Amino acid sequence: MNLRGQLTALGTIARKETLRIVRIWVQTIVPPVITMTLYFVIFGNLIGRRIGDMGGFEYMQYMAPGLIMMSVISNSYGNVVSSFFAAKFQGHLQEMIVAPMQSWVIILGHVAGGVVRGLAVGTVVTIVALFFTKVEVQHPLIAISMLVLTAVVFSLGGMINAIFARKFDDVSIIPTFVLGPLTYLGGVFYTTALLPEFWADVSRFNPILYMVNGFRYGMLGVSDIDVGVAYAIILSFLVIAFAACYYMISRGIGIRD
Amino acid sequence: MQALEINNLTKTYRNGFTALRGIDLNVAEGDFFALLGPNGAGKTTAIGIITSLVNKTSGTVKVFGHDIDTELEAAKSCIGVVPQEINLNQYDTAYNCVYNQAGFYGLGAARARERTEAVLRELQLYDRRSDIARNFSGGMKRRLMIARALVHEPRLLMLDEPTAGVDIEIRRSMWEFLRRINEQGTTIILTTHYLEEAENLCRHVGIIDAGRIVENDRMSNVLRKLHQEVFVLSLSEPVPTGFTLPDFNLLAVNEHEVEVEVHKGQDLNDLFAALGARGIRVASMRNKSNRLEELFMRLVERRDRERAEATAEAEVRV
Repeated sequence: MNLRGQLTALGTIARKETLRIVRIWVQTIVPPVITMTLYFVIFGNLIGRRIGDMGGFEYMQYMAPGLIMMSVISNSYGNVVSSFFAAKFQGHLQEMIVAPMQSWVIILGHVAGGVVRGLAVGTVVTIVALFFTKVEVQHPLIAISMLVLTAVVFSLGGMINAIFARKFDDVSIIPTFVLGPLTYLGGVFYTTALLPEFWADVSRFNPILYMVNGFRYGMLGVSDIDVGVAYAIILSFLVIAFAACYYMISRGIGIRD
Repeated sequence: MQALEINNLTKTYRNGFTALRGIDLNVAEGDFFALLGPNGAGKTTAIGIITSLVNKTSGTVKVFGHDIDTELEAAKSCIGVVPQEINLNQYDTAYNCVYNQAGFYGLGAARARERTEAVLRELQLYDRRSDIARNFSGGMKRRLMIARALVHEPRLLMLDEPTAGVDIEIRRSMWEFLRRINEQGTTIILTTHYLEEAENLCRHVGIIDAGRIVENDRMSNVLRKLHQEVFVLSLSEPVPTGFTLPDFNLLAVNEHEVEVEVHKGQDLNDLFAALGARGIRVASMRNKSNRLEELFMRLVERRDRERAEATAEAEVRV
């Protein structure tokens, strides 16, 4: 199949994944919006008023980029891990395996679905944030590129999880025991300047810290870390995750007998 | 040209089970080929390897000359597959199940729409195209899987027990459909447990048992290997009690029906002549059992006997 055919196949997977997100919007779009609204009400409005400023901003305004990024991370990951594992579990992943698609097409098609959902939820959460605080975008290109790159990285992460998953429990282990803690400790709700030096140094091993702060820099113009370092780390994770997916899909690991 | 060339194909699963032990198989372009064998014989593994759902251990597979090791995409483009298990996206509409598959094979939107509508009409599913697959009956799901497999107009269609669990009416309509597309040039490889199906549809047959090809010949040649057949004759006139025929073994006799065993070398004309000489006319005649089934059972019985002998021999050695 020539490149045009491969791109047609890529478009087909992306379209299929997007239609899935729209078809089950009550599961894909509504829950994160409700959760984030509660964060704004409880942490931002009620508790945030007592916290005062953080990083030179009203607490709710400081927290908003973190919550947007948090919703992008969990939804891009969740979309690919659930969709790809369901396809594997129900057997219709075979539709793609028997077709003359190259591995990168299967990967990018699913990543496109993850990015679409991540950005869709991120956009709705941003709209929700407008009801609670002032939303600024100091560096639009940095903000958008941080969101897209992060969504790509976590979509690839979701795919790796789905490739290894053998049962539904395996799909929820990583989000619950790894992704959740890393996100909460990734500077969503606070600046690392508040942490003792030791824990601030430990935090720098958390890749989500770089994503949240990179995006916060794009929105508010402040960050705990250098934005160049954030890009370097995100791109490194992207390349490693893509290479891992490519290797496994090409070899049929987790998807072929 | 050969649609499929398999040489010395082996497959050992990670748990140590060897499903294929060096099979060789050729299927000519345009053929309607039956791949038969008992459960666990290796049929589905062979189909899985050809369609790249299963990694092979060793050997070569070529589809229309394209080696799956070096020209996998070209080989895949030639194949349409209907797997044994229902593997539709159950929450998608029938239309989308087929349309998406067209896209996976690189068909542009207009061509994909055209082909999707055509195959859904051919498989009599067009009126239900907007229904989700989960709501379909077993027979409709099978037909939808065939439609999906044909949307990119494959030169080789592989069907792994396509009529399992469908009623006889749908099964026969599927047979008609498969015959038609085969006549139009599509090479078909069929695995089935309904041996009548294979006997009716296929020109060549390969019988696989315990990972080895034990028969591979024209259907007519394979059937000729049967040493005897039992025919049930319906007679126009009643026959007396204790009725016999010289040279023929009558297995059961009642007033209007006799079961006759005809051995290899015996002529049916002699049977009719013997009956005619007694003033008995035959109204109709049928095989008592499916011939292929009989052959198949003999092969399996022979294998079981050989295994039992081998086990006994091993025990004696110990």
